[in-house]
Amino acid sequence: MYPSRFAYEAPKTLNEAIAILQANGGEAKILAGGQSLIPMVKLRFASPEVLVDINNIPGLDYMRIDEQGNLRIGALVRHEDLEHSTTLAATHPTLAAAASLVADPIVRTRGTFVGSLCHADPQGDWSATMVALGGHIVAQGPNGRRQIDIREFVLGPFTNALAYNEIAVEAVIPPAKGRPAGSYLKLERRVGDFATASVAVALDMNGATVGRAGCALAGVGGKTIDANDAISVLVGKTLNAESIEAAADAVAEAADPRTDHRGSADYKRHIVKTFVTRILNNIANSEQKAA
Amino acid sequence: MSSLYEVIPPAAGADVPVRRITIEVNGESRTLDVEPRLLLVHLLRQGLNLTGTHSGCDTTSCGACTVLFDGRPLKSCTMFAVMADGHKVETVEGMGSASELHPVQEGFKQEHGLQCGFCTPGMMLAAKALLERNPDPTEDEVRWALSGNLCRCTGYQNIVKSVLWAAEKMRNDQPQEA
Repeated sequence: MYPSRFAYEAPKTLNEAIAILQANGGEAKILAGGQSLIPMVKLRFASPEVLVDINNIPGLDYMRIDEQGNLRIGALVRHEDLEHSTTLAATHPTLAAAASLVADPIVRTRGTFVGSLCHADPQGDWSATMVALGGHIVAQGPNGRRQIDIREFVLGPFTNALAYNEIAVEAVIPPAKGRPAGSYLKLERRVGDFATASVAVALDMNGATVGRAGCALAGVGGKTIDANDAISVLVGKTLNAESIEAAADAVAEAADPRTDHRGSADYKRHIVKTFVTRILNNIANSEQKAA
Repeated sequence: MSSLYEVIPPAAGADVPVRRITIEVNGESRTLDVEPRLLLVHLLRQGLNLTGTHSGCDTTSCGACTVLFDGRPLKSCTMFAVMADGHKVETVEGMGSASELHPVQEGFKQEHGLQCGFCTPGMMLAAKALLERNPDPTEDEVRWALSGNLCRCTGYQNIVKSVLWAAEKMRNDQPQEA
């Protein structure tokens, strides 16, 4: 398979890239890691006239904590950069848990965090972690930069909120208010397959009490499911059998799965409940060990 | 040399825009004119006649087309050749020769890590990248590192043994520190 013809541009600066998008009025697409876009153009699900390869733009491969404590992930940070980070598990356990579950190890050397968010696949691992963590995207266009909350960024399956002349230049994750805890669990039949269901949980702990609680689901709805309201039943509580079961029930209720060859809707909802319970139990157990 | 889909098989494609790229393939610098939509795997196989890189699923799943791109494993069906401009690509042809096998190749021979051989080049390059980063992997780490490469013959058991064999050999071949 190979794609239909396109013009290839390899700008050296963001402004140059934005000018190319502007000049092509919606017919140009940004090419970063290409691990979703290239298969799609090969299958001819998409046939953009122009591909704008941003891999030659220097300074987009950063992953750093800024002065306000936000984690900033540039547009060319690859999945494996997060996977191999030695500090991420302590500061962002939810991201660290998801990093080694994205696609497969070879795809992870190339695909990007921000590109995965832009792709807006309902199965996307990173979208779920971003919704649970309350992150946002920084988009840059001809008139400068703007922030887009991740929940407003993903509009539906494979649809994001970027204007035709905008580039998602970074993803930003706010600091935990308290001690960060959380994880990401995913059920897949084999590595690289679409998930049957996956669950991202991110808690900010104040001592043994839950300060902020975030949760999102992938694979169990037409887009990433925002389960932040559902898991907020934990806020102000300690993690015990009763509060964990209430939270797991509420999150499972927020799922919107469909029956397909990966399982029935009931089964997928059951997986969601099991994963939420498992993540919260693990956090509660490590709390006890730390105490 | 010009690589267009039109000239594989040969036929003039004068109106097709091409870009000149320079890539280092197995240590040798190559300058080529390529059509932007040409996939790296097709440049290697048809353009450069390096047919050791196999094209399997063609959908970024199977890993048969795995090459090393600046030392990291890459599915070459999922990169345009133009994107490799200025970069280094290593294929199975660059690993060793029949008389002088790379330890990973030797491992696959010793431990019967292949049957039909279709997945083998990709498996060996993914294994080489693993061992460069982690010279003493556990069995579990080998299985994880190869989880993007599919094999329909072996059941993976002997592939894992082959990689562990190579790891040990490469550690033993290292000059001992005083």
